[in-house]
Amino acid sequence: MSPLHLSHFTAALLFAVFASVVFGITQRNTTREMIHYGAYCFALFIGGVIVAGWAMWLLKH
Amino acid sequence: MAANVDVSAATPAPEITAKAVMAPVVGFLVPGGGHLIQKKWGRGLLLMVSIVAMFVLGLLMEGKLYSFNTGDILDILGFFGDIGSGGMYFVGKMMDLGQGNIARATADYGTKYLIVAGLLNIVAMADAWHIAIGKKP
Repeated sequence: MSPLHLSHFTAALLFAVFASVVFGITQRNTTREMIHYGAYCFALFIGGVIVAGWAMWLLKH
Repeated sequence: MAANVDVSAATPAPEITAKAVMAPVVGFLVPGGGHLIQKKWGRGLLLMVSIVAMFVLGLLMEGKLYSFNTGDILDILGFFGDIGSGGMYFVGKMMDLGQGNIARATADYGTKYLIVAGLLNIVAMADAWHIAIGKKP
């Protein structure tokens, strides 16, 4: 089995997709609410990655 | 004054049916299975795809599957996260997968994928239980 090489951003993106799907389905009751909450979680995950990335860049420079 | 309100009378205990017991058990063995046996096809398949994909990607990234241990606290917690994957964890262990690779940074991402797949499966099991006892539609 050859190892999979993902960049940090790709790994974070896939993580955000899968975790958001599960959070959306399990934390809300209607389909509409599930989609909204899943999208909200995804935006927070990706927004957090970008903010943390820039924060680390600022700390380095 | 709202003191001494009998809460147990207002919220009756959920009825323990065979489905209420089976849903989280099947969900533990097969991610999303607890929803599928309750005919929640869409939710079950999405949960299955998400959790299985995280687990498989974790293995492909050479993540580590923890065994039971009494060592470092993070290793102990890693085991409890991993075992949430249920059936996939036992199959992975039987096939001797998840050896980890400390030489590669992405292997550490894989370890986190494996732990989070287990934790998400526990959340999915709790959701299947809530559907089975009628707390959630």
